[in-house]
Amino acid sequence: MIGLVLDLLLATALVGLAWRVLVAPELFEAVVVFITLGLLMAVAWARLAAPDIALAEAAIGAGLTGVLLLDTLRAMRPEPVAEPAHPPSDPKGPAWPSLAASIVLAGVLIVAVLALPREPGGLTAAVAAELPHSGVTQPVTAVLLNFRSYDTWLELAVLLIAVIGVLSLRAEPRLADPPPGGAGTVLSWLVGILVPVAVLVAGYLLWLGKTAAGGAFQAGVALGAAGVLMWLAGHRPLQREWQWRALLPLGFIGFMAVGIGVMTGDRALLEYPRAHAGTLILLIETAAAVSIGATMTALFIGLHFPPGDPASGRKGPAAR
Amino acid sequence: MIAQDQIYAIAAVLLFCLGLHGVFTRPETLRKIIALNLMGAGVFLFFVSVAWRNAAAFADPVPHAMVLTGIVVAVSATAFALGLARRLAGLKPNDKPPSPGAKEGPSP
Repeated sequence: MIGLVLDLLLATALVGLAWRVLVAPELFEAVVVFITLGLLMAVAWARLAAPDIALAEAAIGAGLTGVLLLDTLRAMRPEPVAEPAHPPSDPKGPAWPSLAASIVLAGVLIVAVLALPREPGGLTAAVAAELPHSGVTQPVTAVLLNFRSYDTWLELAVLLIAVIGVLSLRAEPRLADPPPGGAGTVLSWLVGILVPVAVLVAGYLLWLGKTAAGGAFQAGVALGAAGVLMWLAGHRPLQREWQWRALLPLGFIGFMAVGIGVMTGDRALLEYPRAHAGTLILLIETAAAVSIGATMTALFIGLHFPPGDPASGRKGPAAR
Repeated sequence: MIAQDQIYAIAAVLLFCLGLHGVFTRPETLRKIIALNLMGAGVFLFFVSVAWRNAAAFADPVPHAMVLTGIVVAVSATAFALGLARRLAGLKPNDKPPSPGAKEGPSP
């Protein structure tokens, strides 16, 4: 009963914060409320027995997304002053059709959600039956890297494409340039302690993924946080351009290499031999974690257009 | 009596619809991107509530895996969207005339 009250409070808070994100007069407040929402989401995941997702959400939803949003807000700061009266498209007037449509949609969806059958369905039993053959004992890792490894493999491709997309917005798609600002004494000192700890945590999470909540994603995000911190403190996470070029696609290529490498005899793509499944999964996860960490850092660094980078500049592709 | 997963499923629907409303009505690009993330959060929450309903010895790991990959993809897509937004802000013909010539500007 207490639990149910807690759930009700949490759900109400989530919806209330979402509303606040939309109506907050200042963008800064909207971003901060959204970060708070991410933290509360992590609690909701924990309530719903999803510790894997809680770990990832706490690092991404509350951490990385927040950093990206705040950073963009600061970078775009001078601009909203120049155009507060957004005259070209002032959609303020007819807001009610959208609101009415959203309310109707919400009503229909809530009825649909409540009409779902109460008896469990899904693939829990199928996963439980095959789990002993998967090479790991943690069901989510088994799904991610064995039963549905195709999805995870191509997801790494999506990450790679996102980085390419961000870099393509720059005149000079370089990642190893020195960061603009040095850090104060406190940040430098803190980074000296936090980065090794983050790497240690990443390694632990990676190893933990075999048996408990953890794995490549959580480890990769921890590495990414370390990279972002280093860059903010004025250090380059990787010294050379080729190191970025090597690490970013490492997960995708490693996954592909293993997937094709196991195709001996009559095994299909990504069909691991059962005796070595655990080792192969750990191998893929290591490559994926490094790659995800590099991707998260690169997304952040890539968004920092250097001061000389023209918005539509000399080297940039012409708009027409 | 309402079940735990139904509470979160309803919250998920509300998050999604609030996000949808925000995408349509908010003027600022940044807030639109946040609203898209709200929609995503709603979808993730619904998936996990279904996974909770399907729990036996453990919660249904297939939606969990999908949400886990979804969160990482969402942050990458958000980063790309923010990059585009920054670029767009830089393109706006505001105070300074752009150097490369008069070809710049408000022409569509």
